Amino acid sequence: MVILESRFHHIKALLARLRLDSSARLVVLVDKDGQQIAVHGELGDLDTTSLASLAAGNVAATGGMARLIGENEFPTLSHEGEKESIHICVIGRVLLLVVFDDRSSLGLVKLRSKQLSHELARVFAEIEKESAAARANSSLPFNGITDEEIDSLFSPA
Amino acid sequence: MTFINYASREINCKIVYYGPGLCGKTTNLQFIYDSTAAQARGKLISLATEADRTLFFDFMPLELGTVRGFKTRFHLYTVPGQVFYEASRKLILKGVDGVVFVADSQEERMDANIESLYNLEENLRTYGYELMKLPYVLQLNKRDLPNVIPTDELTTELQRKGEPVIEAVASTGAGVFDTLKAVAKQVLTELRKA
Repeated sequence: MVILESRFHHIKALLARLRLDSSARLVVLVDKDGQQIAVHGELGDLDTTSLASLAAGNVAATGGMARLIGENEFPTLSHEGEKESIHICVIGRVLLLVVFDDRSSLGLVKLRSKQLSHELARVFAEIEKESAAARANSSLPFNGITDEEIDSLFSPA
Repeated sequence: MTFINYASREINCKIVYYGPGLCGKTTNLQFIYDSTAAQARGKLISLATEADRTLFFDFMPLELGTVRGFKTRFHLYTVPGQVFYEASRKLILKGVDGVVFVADSQEERMDANIESLYNLEENLRTYGYELMKLPYVLQLNKRDLPNVIPTDELTTELQRKGEPVIEAVASTGAGVFDTLKAVAKQVLTELRKA
């Protein structure tokens, strides 16, 4: 997947809007393979890379359970804690993850996430097209990379 | 699937360590984690049983450095090796960019290696991947044990496509970084062809 700078800023703006509208602590967009795409909100010392990987694992596992009982997937997942909670919404090949506390409610987060999901789906349909075009035009940053450049990553500094 | 972000100038790739139960997949990751500077790696997440067997996966992000202004980050995963965790093992392969097969060199684990390798090929196929086309390294682990099969015999039995074969003792770290380097190089070379 290739995310161009303009798309990234658009996504960040959408996440900022969701965070505000849902009074959430943090909003994270994650690829289904576990890669973090964008994040907005009160990060603190939260390890969002691990959060992204675990969210993808979580969705993959519940998706597996869904298929066992004849469903395609569960489009939303919610985990409610004593103080902090997580809501995950599956939008095509990305996951919208909202972390919220008692300043918000699950109902509000669900509603706002659903409202945004249509717009995010459109954005990612565009990203899919751009990614395919970048591959077809050989315009990816690693095209023509030399063996020396690759080796330089593995040489001691 | 490789993820390229032009705004943060990052390239993220996913590497999966596969192999039979107790072959040393988690030990590989643990050694990489212990030997890497804190600023180059994230947390090592282990979803394990109470008996310390991998239940779902281990995960660790590792930053190798910058090429052409892009930070190259590798997300390293292990799968649960035990046969009955088949459903979750398959999930981890989704979106994989490179695979390391960790073989247990001990004589009594030969059948488990063959079964696991067959299982890898089958699970990759369900996602539309072909082992023959994927960056791939065969690691022959536990070379320090007394009852190991000779390297050439193991290679004849387990090598699929002329992939790099690396002897290792993951518990001491021997061969661990050579394995990672061999698979990471192939993943980056694939990006050149993309």
